[in-house]
Amino acid sequence: METSFTPLASLAGGILIGLSAVLLYAGLGRIAGISGIVSRLLPPSGSANERGWEVTFVIGLIAAPVLFQLLSGGPIQQTFTAGLPLLAIAGVLVGFGSVYGNGCTSGHGVCGISRLSVRSIAATLTFMATGFITVFVLRHLVGG
Amino acid sequence: MARLLLGLAAGLIFGFGLALSGMDNPAKVQNFLDLAGTWDPSLAFVMGGAIAVAMPAFFFLNKLEKPLLDNSFHLPLKAAVDKRLLAGAGIFGIGWGLGGLCPGPALSSAGLATTSALVFVAAMIIGMAVARRV
Repeated sequence: METSFTPLASLAGGILIGLSAVLLYAGLGRIAGISGIVSRLLPPSGSANERGWEVTFVIGLIAAPVLFQLLSGGPIQQTFTAGLPLLAIAGVLVGFGSVYGNGCTSGHGVCGISRLSVRSIAATLTFMATGFITVFVLRHLVGG
Repeated sequence: MARLLLGLAAGLIFGFGLALSGMDNPAKVQNFLDLAGTWDPSLAFVMGGAIAVAMPAFFFLNKLEKPLLDNSFHLPLKAAVDKRLLAGAGIFGIGWGLGGLCPGPALSSAGLATTSALVFVAAMIIGMAVARRV
């Protein structure tokens, strides 16, 4: 299924994501890595001192699309191409891989690259590569 | 209290950015990853926009002694690229390609409460909990 090229909206959205990362770093000295923030709320639990802002961050993140829809007056486009069994498998791989590898698109891809971290650059190149390969196999070798 | 509000604001801004950028849409994410098919390069602009803001800001902030509401900056200490990093990133990328959501948009779309989003998020949290223990 084709999706339209949206350079301006995507750039503006990216700038907001960058601003959020700057806000967390300037205020709390923390990296805006979503997999890290979420996983530290799971057992074995992380520092109790950090739990407060991590919880309010997650609340804001979950409330955002609801508010966005109210303010923009239309639904957020969200089309799943995978059925529920495949989504469940994908979800486990995303959750396991991002925590096992200490970061995801936000922590490694945005914050890590912005800090010129060699680990994050290596991780980003790796998940981009396996992402490209997976979609190629899924769409051009297995199905269509 | 200030720390809690800052966390809330950062979460809201992040979530708005995801919604505006198109990252919440698995079809769009998978099209970004589909170079050989219906390629949609939009998501390169998301990462570009975020890094264009964060990189110079981090550079400047690192000249400060400490952040506004904490005693020190908390940066990852590991420096070496190891097998765990590459294996985790590789597995994450496979799941990202299969489902079309990474952790931020996945968690954020729990707010939209569709069955697909909730199944993905529940599975993701299970995967995270397992990885915390290995």
